[in-house]
Amino acid sequence: MIPMSHYLFLSSILFSISLAGIFLNRKNILIMLMSLELMFLSINFNFIIFGNYLGDLTGQIFVFFILTVIAAESAIGLAIIVVLYRNRDSINVDDIGKLKG
Amino acid sequence: MNAELVIFYLFSIFLIISSLYVVTSNNPIKSAIYLVFSFFFSAILWLLLGAEFLSVILILVYVGAVMVLFLFVVMMLDINLSEITGRFVKYLKEGIFVFITMATLLILFFQNQFSDTDKNILTEINIISDSNTKNLGYVLYTEYILAFEVAAVILLLGIISAITLTHRKKTNNKYQDPSIQISVKKEDRVTIIKDEDLK
Repeated sequence: MIPMSHYLFLSSILFSISLAGIFLNRKNILIMLMSLELMFLSINFNFIIFGNYLGDLTGQIFVFFILTVIAAESAIGLAIIVVLYRNRDSINVDDIGKLKG
Repeated sequence: MNAELVIFYLFSIFLIISSLYVVTSNNPIKSAIYLVFSFFFSAILWLLLGAEFLSVILILVYVGAVMVLFLFVVMMLDINLSEITGRFVKYLKEGIFVFITMATLLILFFQNQFSDTDKNILTEINIISDSNTKNLGYVLYTEYILAFEVAAVILLLGIISAITLTHRKKTNNKYQDPSIQISVKKEDRVTIIKDEDLK
């Protein structure tokens, strides 16, 4: 039996990699979205780990709903990126900050 | 060393390597492909954790739908790669700093809190059969039925907003407008040409 902490270390390393990815790819909004997906994956990992080791099925139910929300979120995010590219002809993050109050 | 441990270490190393490629690759298509790989490896690890239904769902929904959507957008946008390439070295120091800080904090937290947690602290309440899918469906359609319907509404919201954001109305369609047809006058249609105009 694998100790629970090993799984937790794996998910925390995954979360840290994706958080660093948002900092590394500050220009490219597409890779930022992908890092966000990886972050959600590590969170889902944590839900499944705790659900399994504590003998409760609620963790998996939560992952189910989180997957639904992420699917809707990434569809809307990609649609926004497509509209942004039509209007600005680039997806550089620096070009988005045009709406300064 | 048993087989479970070998599979766990092998696929966790694969998962970490492929997620590093997602983050550091300059080409968005390559990152999307490596993201597919990392979803696949984590689906295998979810199988080890006894979440069979969710691991299949992860491959079907993510690799089959969301990542294809990502690849469509990446290929459709025709991004100028030279604008983006090589920029991430600029932020390498910050990225490594964030990674080390976050990983150390999380690992120390989990080490302190959960290092000696054994399996089955709680009694297994909502287990009715051996099949993971059956258990999940049983809980989902009884206890969480409201949340399930809300999830369906959220998916509908995703569909509607994505379509309304990207849809463009066609301007060159040929169609009949009855109000224009009714209100047409004789002068618009008939022009009387006299004989001396032709000469």
